[in-house]
Formats: sequence, structure tokens, C-alpha cells
Amino acid sequence: MIPILLGVTLLTFMLFNIFGGDPAQRFAGKHATVEQVQTIRTELGLDRSLPEQYLFFVKQIATSDYGRSWATKQLISTMIGDGLGATLSLTAPAFFASIFFCIGLALFAVWGRGTFLDKGTVVTCLALLSVSSLVYILALQYLLAFRTGMFPISGWDPSWIGRWEYLYLPWIILFVLSLGPNILIYRTVIMDEAFQDYVRTARAKGMNERSVYAKHILKNAMIPIITVVVIEMPFLITGSVLIENFFGIPGLGGTLIKALNDSDFPTIKAFTVISALTYMVFNLLADVLYSIVDPRVKLG
Amino acid sequence: MQATPMTSPPAAMTATSTSSDAAKARNSLWWDAFRRFKKNKVGVISFFVIIAYIVVGVLAAVGILYPNAQVPNQTEAYTAFSWAHPFGSDIFGRDILGRAVHGITTAISIGLLASTLSLVIGLVLGAVAGYFGGKTDGFVVWLYTTVDSIPYILLIPSLTFVLGRGLINVFIAVGLTSWVTTARLVRGEFFKHKNRDYVMAAHAIGAGDRRKIFGHILPNVAHLAFVQFGLGFVSAIKIEVILSYLGLGVDPSQPSWGLMIDDAKNELARPYWGNLTAATLFMFGLILSFNLFNDALREALDPKMKNK
Repeated sequence: MIPILLGVTLLTFMLFNIFGGDPAQRFAGKHATVEQVQTIRTELGLDRSLPEQYLFFVKQIATSDYGRSWATKQLISTMIGDGLGATLSLTAPAFFASIFFCIGLALFAVWGRGTFLDKGTVVTCLALLSVSSLVYILALQYLLAFRTGMFPISGWDPSWIGRWEYLYLPWIILFVLSLGPNILIYRTVIMDEAFQDYVRTARAKGMNERSVYAKHILKNAMIPIITVVVIEMPFLITGSVLIENFFGIPGLGGTLIKALNDSDFPTIKAFTVISALTYMVFNLLADVLYSIVDPRVKLG
Repeated sequence: MQATPMTSPPAAMTATSTSSDAAKARNSLWWDAFRRFKKNKVGVISFFVIIAYIVVGVLAAVGILYPNAQVPNQTEAYTAFSWAHPFGSDIFGRDILGRAVHGITTAISIGLLASTLSLVIGLVLGAVAGYFGGKTDGFVVWLYTTVDSIPYILLIPSLTFVLGRGLINVFIAVGLTSWVTTARLVRGEFFKHKNRDYVMAAHAIGAGDRRKIFGHILPNVAHLAFVQFGLGFVSAIKIEVILSYLGLGVDPSQPSWGLMIDDAKNELARPYWGNLTAATLFMFGLILSFNLFNDALREALDPKMKNK
């Protein structure tokens, strides 16, 4: 994990400091004088040598103190803390609702394999996947908020009680967006189990179909399903960039896009490292869970 | 783990060679796949739809179709749907259908170039890692885990941000970040194949590493490359749309479905539906055909699917 984290820091650092041109110049804008750029450079610690800057960056990660944003002068840790709450209240409900719904539908598709039910599900999922996520956002916002007025068009209330009414529509959109990929992946995973020998044995014993599905197929499919779910968990944090940006939800994704537009390097760097860390932690968690659920797997 | 001989291409070859003569046996995996693909009507239809898209895209690129799609015409801004402008015209009076047709060229070139780039990187790194193992493998695994652990929604905007806007930069950014799955799959296949009998046989008659990798193992792994190429193509087009919306994609002067959808954002309330409808329909046709084509291709190339 440490070498990968080092790789991530190195990649992020190189991306912005070596290939990205002079950050101070970019930050100062096109019309800044040489002196202004120089002042900014000293202020931001960019006058030090690259290895020194890199070590400083690594130290920031080790102490999880990312300093202040260049654009808003806020503490980055505060920005992340604030954003996390907003992001999770957006992604978590849609994420978990979608998992249960899609596993249920995938079971039906496998149950009806070879029939119209299964083929229809697959083609519908592929069709859902063939429309840009932007179109879903635009069209659903237009239809459900602008045209019918069922939901507010966009907006945000920082209080935990008031924010929910702004979240119904983003939840629906996230849910719809996740249908295509989720149903397809769970269908594949469950289908893999449905042709195993133990399923045939269970049927040969005279077990009814419902028990075959509930006690054998689904139980065994839980192993890959848990892996898929856990590996997709970082989505809870990074998965809503577009929707946050569109609906003005002050979550991590919205903050990130703003940081990209503002050339706010410390914020971007902190976000990259944190999301990479999340990704790694959840991958590790998937491995651990895997070995708990499946006794055949031993962590080496 | 399934019994490997059943799923491996060499086994599939010997299985079919009983019905055909020995001379044809060499190609029988591909023939078999082709025959199975031909039977899949949905796959064949989507293949021809893709060809039609490519033809239209090329005709637009060489200036036969809608040569004036980018020329503003202020007198005709926001005209309604008509025979001359089936999707109406946009804020600058440009014919929306023409813009959407030119969007095909942008989409296909980004899909083609980005997925070629990522396929080449993925194939080479995966092959080298799986074949040589040891430190080389360790390095490649480290590299792709690193790239993979940065979410693409962060990595690609950062890359295009650093590289600057533009068609070429979009495909470089997408290509440089989307090779991970290919590399991982190819590496796994090379691990399985490098100690198989046919590679040993090649080694025994004096084939070098390069010959063994490219001449012997790679053809047996190529079916993966086809499927990955198709998947990469689709995701590259979808990413371009999102990047253009975020202002990190192609130059605003170029026709792109992403830019059209971005324009539509401010037009829906008025309401002008042309940009959104045209871009969505054109994209839907291409991506759905590609998705269905990929599905058919995967089924045709998968030896496991043979008896189902």
C-alpha cells in the first residue's frame, strides 16, 4: 500500500508541478507582472526546489494536514469535512437502494435466462448505458423539476433537516444512472453461479426453484457481490462529481470541479491523495471480507 | 477455477479440427467465432449500423456532407424544426443536424485513437509483465495499481487540464488512463499461457522471447483485445461528452455532442430541444450499436459459450 501511495503522490506531483507549467504563473493569471508572480511563488512555497516541495507534500499527507486552499484560503481539512457530509447524504441512499433493487432484478433475469425476460433486461440495460449521464441529469431535471414542479430545480440547505428536499431529485438521477451497469454486473455474477454443479445437485435432490435461488445461488453469489459492492464503495465519495456540479450541492465533487477551474493545486492534490487512499482501503477491505466469506481464500 | 483446457483457445482448436481438415484447423477458432457471430442477428445489424456511422463520419470529414455546419448564420438563429433544418438551428443559426453529423467525426476519432492508444499500452505492458514476471511484473502491477487508484473522474480532468483543451489532448488523456483493465487481463492470460506446451515447443525450436510473445502467445490472447477495444471505444466517447461539458474537452469551435448537450443546458427552459435531441439520438445509435456489437463479439469469441 505504501509504494502505491508513493506512486500516487509522485504522479500527482509530476502532473501539476512538472508537466503543468508554472503553478504560480497559472494562478496569477495571464496579466500578472513578473514581481506579482514572484510574490505568489514565495507565498506558496514554490521557490523551493522540486525535491523539497515533494517532501513537503509527502509530509502533508503523513500528517494529514494539507494546509490551506490557494483559492479560498480555507483549511483544506475543513473543506473536506464539510464536503463529505454533503456528498454522503447524496450518494449513500441512492447507492444502497440501487444495490438491493439491482440484485433483485438480476435474480429475475437469471431465473428467466434464455427467455424474453432476460434478453429484454440486457437490452434495456445496454440502452440505458447508451445515453450520456448528462442527458439523464438534464432531462430528469427538466421533466421532474422545471416542468412539473415536483422537486426544487436546484439548491441547498446546510442544515441536516432542510437538505433532504433538495436531494430527492439527485437521488432519483443517481439511482437511474446506476441501473444499467449494476444490473448487468450482478446478472453476470449470478449467472456464473447458476450453471455450477451444486445447483444441478440441489435440483436433482428435488429442491424447489425458490430454495435453489435463495439458499444456493444467491448465497454463493454473495462472495463476488460483496467484492463488487466494496470495490464500488469509493463511488460514495467520488461518484457524484457531475451531479454535485449541476445541482450546486457543496460536496466533494463540486469542490473538486471548482478547484480545477481555480487552478487550486493544494486542494486538487489533497483530493487526489484522499480518493486514492479510500480506493486502496476499500480494496483491502474487499480482500479481507473475501477471505472471511470464502474459507477457501487465504490471505498470503 | 474452471478446468483450463476447456476454456483455452488451443483446446478449442483441437476440438473443432475433428470436424474440419488439418489445414483449416489453424484458423478454426476465428472461423468458428465468425460463424457464431454471423448467426447473431442483433450483432450483425449493429455491425452495419457502426459501418454506416463511419461512412457518414468520413463523408462529413472530407466535406461532402454538411460542409458549412460550422458557419454561423445570425439570421437563422433558433429556427424551429423544418425540412431544411430537421432539428432546427442553434444560437448561431447553425444547422443542428449538420453539427450532429460532424459530431460523429469527433466521436469516432476520439474513440478510435483513445482506445488504440490504451490497447497498445495495455497489451504491451500486460504481455511484458505476464511473460517476464519477477521485477518487471512487480513494476507493471505497481504502475497500474497507482493509475487505477486515482478515480478517472479526477485523473482525466487533471490530465486534460495540464495538457490543455483540444481533440488530441482528450484522446491522449483518455488513452493514458484507460489501459489498466486491458493490462490486467492480458497479464493474467500470459501467466496462464507462458508455460503451455505450444510455447515450450516454440522455445525448443529456438524461438526468442519476442517471437514467443508476439508470434505465439499474443494471437491466443487477441480475442481479449477485440473486446477491450470495443469497450474502450464506448467509454472514450462518453468521457469526451462529460469533459466537453466540464469545459475540459474539445475546443468550442469543434463540433461535439458534448458541447451540444452543454449548449442544451441553457436552452431547455426556453424551450429549444434541438441540440439535446440530436446529440442524444446520434450518440444513442452509435453507443447502443457498439454495446450490442461488443456483446455479440464477446459471445462469439468466448469458447465457453460454444455449447450454449
